[in-house]
Amino acid sequence: MSDLLARVSEHFGDRLIETLQGVDMPSLRLRPEALLDVVAWLVEDGFGFLTDLAGVDYLKFPKAQPSRFAVVYHLYDMASGRRVRVTCPVGDDLKVPSLTGRWQGADWLEREAWDQYGILFEGHPNLKRILNHHEFVGHPLRKDYPIRARQPLSENDALVDEMALRLRARGYVLPEVERDLLAGIRGSDHGVEAAPGAPSHGSRGGSPVAVAARPVGQGRLPEGADLHAELMFVNLGPSHPASHGTLRTFVALDGETIVAAVAEIGYLHRGFEKSTESQTYNACVPYTDRLNYCSAMLNNFAFCKAVEKALGLTITPRTKAIRVIIGELSRIIDHLVCIGTNLVDLGALTNFWYFFNVREKVYTIFDKLTGARLTNSYGRVGGLARDFYDGCGADILVVLTEIEAAVAEVETLVKRNRIFLERVQDICVVPAAMALSYGWTGPNLRATGVDYDLRKAEPYDGYETYDFETVTGTVGDTYDRIFVRFGEIGQSARIIRQALSRLPEGPVMVEAKGVSLPSKDDTYNNIEGLMNHFKLVFEGVKVPAGEVYDASEGANGELGFYIVSDGSGRPYRNRCRPPSFMSFAAFPDMIEGHMVADAIASLGSINIIAGELDR
Amino acid sequence: MTWLMESADYLAVVLRLVLSAAILLTVMPLTIYLERKGSAFIQGRPGPNRAALFGVFRMGGLAHVLADVIKLVSKEDIIPAGVNRFYFKLAPIIVAFIPLTTFMIVPIADVIRLSDTFATPMATLQLDGGLLWFFAMTSLSVYGVVFAGWASNSKFSLLGGIRSTAQLLSYEIPMALAVVAMMLTYGTVQPNEMVRAQGELLWGFLPQWGIFLQPLGFILFITCAFAEINRVPFDLAEGEAELVAGYHTEYSGMRFGLFFMAEYMALVTSGALTVTMFLGGWQLPWLPTERLVADAGTLMPWFIGGAGLLLGAASGRLIRHYQEYTRGRWGDARDFEPLVFSALFALGFIAHGAAAGWVWGVVKAGEALPGWLPPLFAAGVQISVFTAKLLFLCWCFVWVRWTLPRFRYDQVMDLGWKSLLPLSLFNLLLTGVLMLQPWGREVLPVAPVVTLGLMWVWKRYLVPSQARVPATSRLVVGEEASA
Amino acid sequence: MNASLFALLCTLALAVIVPGVLILAIERLGPRRKVAAKGLPYEAGIQRTVGSSRERFSVKFYLVAILFILFDVEAVFLFPWAASFRELGVRGLVEMGTFIAVLFFGYFYVLGRGALRWE
Repeated sequence: MSDLLARVSEHFGDRLIETLQGVDMPSLRLRPEALLDVVAWLVEDGFGFLTDLAGVDYLKFPKAQPSRFAVVYHLYDMASGRRVRVTCPVGDDLKVPSLTGRWQGADWLEREAWDQYGILFEGHPNLKRILNHHEFVGHPLRKDYPIRARQPLSENDALVDEMALRLRARGYVLPEVERDLLAGIRGSDHGVEAAPGAPSHGSRGGSPVAVAARPVGQGRLPEGADLHAELMFVNLGPSHPASHGTLRTFVALDGETIVAAVAEIGYLHRGFEKSTESQTYNACVPYTDRLNYCSAMLNNFAFCKAVEKALGLTITPRTKAIRVIIGELSRIIDHLVCIGTNLVDLGALTNFWYFFNVREKVYTIFDKLTGARLTNSYGRVGGLARDFYDGCGADILVVLTEIEAAVAEVETLVKRNRIFLERVQDICVVPAAMALSYGWTGPNLRATGVDYDLRKAEPYDGYETYDFETVTGTVGDTYDRIFVRFGEIGQSARIIRQALSRLPEGPVMVEAKGVSLPSKDDTYNNIEGLMNHFKLVFEGVKVPAGEVYDASEGANGELGFYIVSDGSGRPYRNRCRPPSFMSFAAFPDMIEGHMVADAIASLGSINIIAGELDR
Repeated sequence: MTWLMESADYLAVVLRLVLSAAILLTVMPLTIYLERKGSAFIQGRPGPNRAALFGVFRMGGLAHVLADVIKLVSKEDIIPAGVNRFYFKLAPIIVAFIPLTTFMIVPIADVIRLSDTFATPMATLQLDGGLLWFFAMTSLSVYGVVFAGWASNSKFSLLGGIRSTAQLLSYEIPMALAVVAMMLTYGTVQPNEMVRAQGELLWGFLPQWGIFLQPLGFILFITCAFAEINRVPFDLAEGEAELVAGYHTEYSGMRFGLFFMAEYMALVTSGALTVTMFLGGWQLPWLPTERLVADAGTLMPWFIGGAGLLLGAASGRLIRHYQEYTRGRWGDARDFEPLVFSALFALGFIAHGAAAGWVWGVVKAGEALPGWLPPLFAAGVQISVFTAKLLFLCWCFVWVRWTLPRFRYDQVMDLGWKSLLPLSLFNLLLTGVLMLQPWGREVLPVAPVVTLGLMWVWKRYLVPSQARVPATSRLVVGEEASA
Repeated sequence: MNASLFALLCTLALAVIVPGVLILAIERLGPRRKVAAKGLPYEAGIQRTVGSSRERFSVKFYLVAILFILFDVEAVFLFPWAASFRELGVRGLVEMGTFIAVLFFGYFYVLGRGALRWE
């Protein structure tokens, strides 16, 4: 038992149910009423970073559990690199204390747990659905939710409730605003179904009440408030040129300035976690491609690595090197997309093409390697789908040179451009403390000056043997977020060159019965081989019962998978910790007080990939 | 007889209207083509090259411009419910109306004197107000934008409309002031007189183009022109990433097409005015109209022959293109497209050669050219020169668009009100002072030196602004990051 | 009717006919299929929107319009001066200089009051 668990047990005694040293990290299960105290103690001990929060439904779990539902928290100590898992069983009243007071990132995570499992977080300011539609009935990740149930969902959420909350926080008087807002909604309830000729929303006849928001207090104005400020409520997204993917940001504008903003997500929610529960581990891999589709193979590798950790499997040196090479190449193209589209949002379209031209060349290599351009399923549990093709390394070296040329070209175009600098420097600054509170990771966090990179902090796949640096910003503005990515492209290229120069020979799949498929020769000529092959394909890789959290450095940050296994070949619970989700949660706070144009520019700079955001 | 003279005047009006409109309505689609093909060139992609007339003639992508018009005209005309229909329909017409009328004050050539009794100026509109017409009309464009933005009943349109209105208003003042300074410089409000004045030589060798006399005025005017026609870096009104399409978000089909066309017509018109005031208009440097007319006999073979040689070179290049690229490429009529155009150019080459040869023969024989030919030759040269300058300027507009990012709204307003407005007022006063001294325009180029000096003092001692960190120096790479 | 008036009329006619023909073309040529959704104002795909686009908007835009009128009136006074600049000579320059100086004073007043601040 680790030192930490000993100290926790000593301190809390029977307020804990059990402590356990898992394969990945120390794990403790506590009584719900002790949650806040234990978390406070852990934060005091250095675990200041909430990595993930997820619900689990143990309804059909073979091993008896203290309660049907549990909430699992993963905490991280950034200074010393320790992790701890806290499991909080949920009582019959489904109530768990909320951690929103401690971490802002807990807000959305708890909403997701409520949405998917119906777990009530006491003290949460705005516990409503987040990934599923607001008219949706039921909690889909519960094990007794009928997976094929269809629900027609038509009306979009007007988001008035959340907007009212945020406006109140900004010092706008509420009762009448809310009434007017609601009246405005009702006025437009006809929506699409309105018969032709009927007064639709906004026409003179059925015009909704104009919204006049007035600052708080009778005669006393908050600092800087405009008298009789007229707010305009505008939806930026889901179908908007600047919303990368389908995201919705509902903003209240005073002139050009955003007074309050609400983000709504879930437009691309397709039940990744639910779907993968019914797939064998290897069959989950293609699902992961669709998470961050700009760097599909990084997701493959992250998922496979998590399963391999649960299996206690060591992959071959060649597999490690290839995963590094292809992973870094994926990271480069992800950053290229991010910077390129970000510059498009700033009105500079040409740079986008310089990046996309080389990105297409990378995709040609991926195409030759995996057979697909965008969603390439290349990783397998225990190795890779296939080895490099002949000349792959040379192709990659050529394309690297072209990438570096394109990056240099774009950097030259923007880095001394006065318009560009004015548009991105000191805009939408996210201080390190705020970023950490929201659970930011990856380039976005590094732009705030926090040097946290899993490739350095918890090296995997032999990253410790490569010579590369992390790139960090100093201010945390849009400029830093863009240029940290510029820097990382260079570092990734360095890693790829080193890896290619000493690419070891050997197999790209472990030789382990129950993980790797037997050879074709065995399968066709040997009854045992045939049986093995059949069982492996139909039942999947059997992962020992237990739970494991494992994270890799995705292009957007810490891409973690929390897998609960019941010992079968399919994950009992497969939780993805998506970096975009954490980044986007901070978006409303980031943009309030800034102008629309700045909001758009910084939305591009935090690189929200809707596939990963909504899963 | 007087009746005949009068009807000749009216005929001249119609002819020059047709000529001006032809230039505007040819350069406009050419600019759209330049925009699409030029951006492709800048961005390293092929650009439009699919549409083909009769399945054969692609003309290097030029057929797309025609295809676009056909597409826009045959699209469904969607007028959203809840719009104010009258203003909604009026707005695109206003927007297209303005550049069409404004362009008509631009002289495309010098006054043509066909005989002692008959002369016609080559700008359609002959108004005493001269350039004031330009301001009168461009101010109206605000109405188109406001109507479109407000009548559309869409928030994006409204925001785009008011943004654009504020921007148009803000940049109209420095633009007007820059033009007033040009009026002082040339001592006239008549565009053709301005162009004539630009034929004189500065210090005996440099043409007195506005850009040399008034570099600051040129920068002010062209910046404002960019803003007035909503082009990058001032395209906030339709800043796609923010306001989708700005004030014309709700427009579709040819109604949108009119906004689109109007934008390019406005570009051409702004370009034409810039050429007229700052780039010597129709002036061919060192060859004033009088010289062109007087020496027509010696100049004509050279000019016509030169143009013919250009056509011949184009013809040859197309044959090369056929040999290297299209021969046997598709195995149908498309293979021979370059040859068709090559033949056309070759015909032009032959015709030019014959004309040049005929003139040369006439002059060699010591005979006089017909009296109407030299003035028409001069006008032809000047129209070509004007169109070439205009196309070059349009290309510059395109070039800038694909190079620069876009301003933010407050930055645009700051630039207009806090930099351009005081600068243009200052420029105006300085021009006034300098133009009153006896040497006139000869000392005017001192102005930019004075201005730059004062600006340096201003920046250095009076209002030092905080400089932006230019390079990646704000980033930390490696170990020292954690410190 | 003299030729320059005729030219003006021709120009105006052309400027109305060109867009007019195109508008007529689309009104006659395009297909018509009425669907209620086509009539909705675009707001990034959201149907239940809040507020309308016919509200009052920020006063800052109004300030720009007012300032524009002030300075444009100034430009109006400058045009005649520019037209007869030579004839008015030094005296004209001094007078207009004074006028512009007064305007400059007003400009700096406006600047100082923050009418041109956008943040």
